[in-house]
This record gives sequence, C-alpha cells and structure tokens, in this order.
Amino acid sequence: MTHGFRTAYAIARKDLRTELRTKESLNAAASFAVVILVLFSFAFPLERDEFYAISGGLLWLVYSFAGALIVNRGFARELPNDCLDVLIASRAPGWAIFLGKAVAAFLLLLIVEFICLPVFGLFYNIRWTDSFGSLVLVIVLATWGITVVGTAFSAVTVNVRVRELMLPVLLYPMIIPLLIGAMEATTVLLSGEAMAGDNLYSLQLLVVFDVIYTALALYLIDYVLVV
Amino acid sequence: MLAVAAERVWKYFGDYPALRGANLEVEAGSCMALLGRNGAGKTTLLRIFAGLSNPTKGEVRIAGTVGYLGHGIGVYDDLSAFENLTLFGQLQGVADPAKAADEALERVGLTRVKDGMAREFSRGMRQRLAVARAFLHLPDILLLDEPFTSLDDKAIAVLQSLLEAALAGGSTIIMSTHQIREAMELATHVAMLERGLVVHTGPQNPEMLADPAWLYRTYGEKQ
Repeated sequence: MTHGFRTAYAIARKDLRTELRTKESLNAAASFAVVILVLFSFAFPLERDEFYAISGGLLWLVYSFAGALIVNRGFARELPNDCLDVLIASRAPGWAIFLGKAVAAFLLLLIVEFICLPVFGLFYNIRWTDSFGSLVLVIVLATWGITVVGTAFSAVTVNVRVRELMLPVLLYPMIIPLLIGAMEATTVLLSGEAMAGDNLYSLQLLVVFDVIYTALALYLIDYVLVV
Repeated sequence: MLAVAAERVWKYFGDYPALRGANLEVEAGSCMALLGRNGAGKTTLLRIFAGLSNPTKGEVRIAGTVGYLGHGIGVYDDLSAFENLTLFGQLQGVADPAKAADEALERVGLTRVKDGMAREFSRGMRQRLAVARAFLHLPDILLLDEPFTSLDDKAIAVLQSLLEAALAGGSTIIMSTHQIREAMELATHVAMLERGLVVHTGPQNPEMLADPAWLYRTYGEKQ
C-alpha cells in the first residue's frame, strides 16, 4: 500500500513536471476557458440579477469543457515511446498509476479554474469572493469528480484512434449528475444564500458522486489497462 | 527452478489466434532466445510475460521481478535522463532511486549528460538510456523484445556487456530476436515459435552458432 501511494505521488509529480514544462494542455485549457467566458458575456446580454441566476451553469459549462482538454492528455501523455507499457510492466499497481494521473489532472484543472474566476467576476460583475471558502469546497469536490471520471475514460480511450472525439462523448453523459449538483451549489453560493437546509443536497450529491466513482475507477482500472 | 512458465497459453486478437496453446519453461539463470518469423507470436508471448497482456486461455507463472525492454524506448522526452531513471526507480520500489539512477547512467556512459532532456539526445543515447532504465532495478527476469534492432554499435556493446553481467549475476533473460548471431553470443537456450506454437525448445548447440539459418531449416515450417 505504501509503495502504491509513493507510486501515485511519483506519477503525479512526473505529470505535473512535464505539463509545466510543455504547457500543452494547460495553455489550451486556460485560454479556451477564458475565451468562452468572454464570449458568453457578450452572447447573453442579461441584467446583473439574471446573471446570478445562471452563474453556476455558466461557470461549470466552461469548467467541464476545460476539464475535457486536461484529462484528454492524462493517459495519452504515456503514448510516445511506449511509456505506458513500461509503467504497466513496472511494479506499480494500476490503481496507483490511475490515482497519480487523476491527482495531476485535478491540480491542473484547479489552476485553470482559479485563473477563470477573476475573469468571470469581471465580465459578469459577480462577487465571488463573499463565499470564497464554500465556493472552493464546491470547486474541489466537483473538479475531483470530473477528473476521476475523465482520467478513467482517458485510460479507456488511450489506444483509440479518435480518442479526442471519444472522450467527451463518454465523459459528459457520465458527469451530468455531478454538473447539476455543482451548478446548483455554485448558483446558491454566488447568489449569497447560505449552504444549509435543502441547499446542502447538491453538496451531498457531489460527495456521493466522488466516493462512488473514485472507488469504481480504482477497482476497475486494472481491467482497462491490461487486456 | 523455473523462472518463467507458460502452459497452453492462447491469445486471441479478435478472431485471430496469435498464440495457440504455447508451452514454454525457462530455467532461472538461463538466457532464452525466442526465435521465429514475423507473426509467430514472440512479442505476444513476451507481453504476456511482462504483464502487459492477459492470456485468453492458459496459465503463466513468473518467479521474480521483471525488467522489460520493448519496441519503444519507454522514457519521457520532457524529463532529463536522471529524472527518467529516478522516476522508474521509484516505480520499481528501489531503495535509493537517485543512487540507482546515477549508477545506471554510469553503466551506459551517460553520466556527462544526466541533466539533459531525453528529447535532446541522439538516437543511440536514447537507446542507451532505455537500456539503463530496463536494468535499473537489477531485475530477476529480463524480457527483451528485439533488443538489438536499430541499436548503434556502442549501444549493442553496452547492451551485450550488461546482459553478460546480468546472466553472470544469476538473472534470467528472455529475448525475442531476428538477429540470431548477436543473440547466440548470449543465449544458453533457444525456443522456436511457429504460428503461435512453440515448436522447439532446447539448449543452444554448435550448429546454431555456425549457421543461424540451421534452426529455421530444421525446426521451422517449410515455406
């Protein structure tokens, strides 16, 4: 078990190191997300209050698009020089390889999301700093859900010729419950409501989604990687 | 004592049987050359031994740690030589990955460029780095898929000396190859594959050394 967690740490560090050197997916995802946010602000000329009503939906649409770009590189990063074969042939357990990749994708997507937040506040005139702590909790929970499902499908599609097309097709239907929960929770928080009572259901949905899909992915990844 | 054993191993890719009940036993401390024409099943069998593929039917037993050198070099272009080897040392559970990486770089003559990115290396240097990676954790069993193909002279010399040292140290080597002369310098045993079946296994003999084509003429399928 200790070797597994060390392996996950080594894989996550490797993925972050190579990504921060090449910035292949980080630049693409961040610029794409910012452009979409700016375009939406011009496409929907709404009043300030109306923006608050759709703020969660807008934000999570953008985050999920950026997420697909980030997780797409997860296992595809191992294809040049047949590095995936070497990873699998090493003593590294499959769950640890997966966990390392999911953590790296999670941190990269968080970077993109926190780059987007000030842009979002500026172009939509929305105060997101008032409930910053709760917002961070929602972002962390939903981002982990996106990356865990996305990284699993990145492994499934790694040897598929049209993996860039296949991954979003598989990913988005699977994360619909997560996105609904994230959108509702974010809208509640940005509208200045307290995260209590019925509003807690969306947060609970995120937690349940994360637990179920993390457990499933960790359990099933060996069947995906070695066929 | 057996290091590797395959019993009635079948592997299908779709409807195509790449292996059709292959049997193979490799003694610990021996060097087995897997020979056979393209499509005979050598790579498929090696990938199953390496844990990269599951047999459709049959059983495989591996006794010890495995080092694998496949068709790709298996190193990351955007990491330095030292970072690559340290990473693989960590994955293999080596006690001191940095020390093991330094020693491996020394063995393959890449110490001078240890901080250089793998993508900046020449082809020969990249191949030596791949060899260093495969030997890094001093595995009990080395699985080599066409190890001499497209290696430069220096890399061949490095690989042969490392394989000799590994064999002398008690490691087991299984290599698939078409380059029979280079393989026969090391091989203690030979296995011949034809259409997914192991049609011959046995110790290396003088006829094989004198005339590499003798094996194909004697045990191979007549074309």
